[in-house]
Amino acid sequence: MTLSDYLSVLFLLAGAVFFLAGTVGLLRFPDVYTRLHALTKADNVGLGLIVIGLAMQAESYASVGKLLLIWLLVLLAGSSISHLIAKKALQKGVRMWRR
Amino acid sequence: MEALSLLQWLIDGLIGIGLLWLAWRALFCPELFKAIVLFIAFGLLMTLAWVRLKAPDVALAEVAIGAGLTGALLLSSWAKLRDFDANKGMGVREKNRVQSEQKTKRPFFHWLSATPVLLMAVGLGYGVLQLSPYATGLSTAVAENLDASGVSNPVTAVLLNFRAYDTLLEIAVLLLALIGIWSLEIRPSVREATLDPVLDLLARLLTPLLLLVSAYLLWVGAHASGGAFQAGSVLGAAGVLLILAGWRLPLSLAGLPLRITLVVGLSTFIAVAVLMMLDRGQLLAFPPSQASLIIFVLETTATLSIAAILAALFLGSRPDHSEKI
Amino acid sequence: MSIAVLYALVGIGLFCLGVYALMIHAHLLRKILALNIMGSGVFMVLLALAGRTEIMPDPVPAAMVITGIVVAVSATAFALALMLKISAVTGRAELNDEEEK
Repeated sequence: MTLSDYLSVLFLLAGAVFFLAGTVGLLRFPDVYTRLHALTKADNVGLGLIVIGLAMQAESYASVGKLLLIWLLVLLAGSSISHLIAKKALQKGVRMWRR
Repeated sequence: MEALSLLQWLIDGLIGIGLLWLAWRALFCPELFKAIVLFIAFGLLMTLAWVRLKAPDVALAEVAIGAGLTGALLLSSWAKLRDFDANKGMGVREKNRVQSEQKTKRPFFHWLSATPVLLMAVGLGYGVLQLSPYATGLSTAVAENLDASGVSNPVTAVLLNFRAYDTLLEIAVLLLALIGIWSLEIRPSVREATLDPVLDLLARLLTPLLLLVSAYLLWVGAHASGGAFQAGSVLGAAGVLLILAGWRLPLSLAGLPLRITLVVGLSTFIAVAVLMMLDRGQLLAFPPSQASLIIFVLETTATLSIAAILAALFLGSRPDHSEKI
Repeated sequence: MSIAVLYALVGIGLFCLGVYALMIHAHLLRKILALNIMGSGVFMVLLALAGRTEIMPDPVPAAMVITGIVVAVSATAFALALMLKISAVTGRAELNDEEEK
């Protein structure tokens, strides 16, 4: 294994940790807003790290571009949909969690 | 090597158990809304299974149609059903609705139906275990004739050349489903599309990109995974997104131009079939030298029609009638 | 047992779950979900058994499954429209059973 292999393993593991934390948050957080918060962390940072890890193994710049495009699209869709869900929840009168 | 195959077994086992568990939850979850969301998750996991089974073409179709469009259709029907109840005033009793969603046959009937299903599962499982572990099927026949098909992706070759009549009839089925829905004369959904600036922006950003992706899938289908169905469903998804963002087909286009787009795929297919019949005496038997061009024409028109039909299926009511009511 | 057999067994499991749910549920939307899961099970058996080769998997079942997915979505859309119509006419998204009369 070369240096870039080790680095990409590192990035993939870090991304997996973010996904794990996001999933735990999704399951354990008290209300819809905090759950969305946990979910977007997994999507944005976790997927970003995984994309970086995979891009190091990519054979051509075209596939690096595709990977980055996937990340950007997930960012766009994830943030828009989180906004829509949160807005709908507010409209329906879902209370925010207070300690 | 040993560790890798153990890891593979672990992944496949997890996917298999996950699929069965998600299906169980999607089918027997008390809340219908949750059941639909679980079904969408099931479709996404199914996509992973297709990738593991080395069928990327199917994975693309599943993620766009099986998980994406079916999910959107189910959710929108669920919302319409809830609106019906709310309009009639009988569904105000939320409890009532939840009860009807959970209603099953009598417990006696559960046992009565579980027994033959279990027997069937055992029988089918036994049948699968009896099959020989190796079977080449038709893959050698396809590989031998791939050069004459005009494309180098074997799945596209099967879909649009060797078994092109499947695809012809499939587009006919799509069109029939749409005609059926239109003839039911369902009231268009009364709810106003929520005009949301974020959704609007998302639709504006994604629509050109989805157009590009669709064109790419159409082009790449000749030699890698992709093709008319995947391209058509991505294009149809763009239409669904636009409908959700509040866009409606202008009335000037909702009449004849829409209908031409809906049938162009099927009519081109039929025209080509008839031409081949006259020329070579066989339905949809393309001359190898022209096959590439014919497949390209068929795929392009099929993509347009599939996209228009899928978006129209999602809309449900006739676009040119919605204004009158 | 190979991976093909594993997925084929999963597919059979999905199909049988779907059949059972189709029989015991009364709500039509649940019946449609069950039909879709049955279909997924059938597709899975087809594709799993297509993968029993050393070289590339058999492309014919793959093409048939793609066709099947598209037919499934059109059938689902039509079934949903029928369900909405039934619900608009009878007020319930169920079919009338003899026993309830």
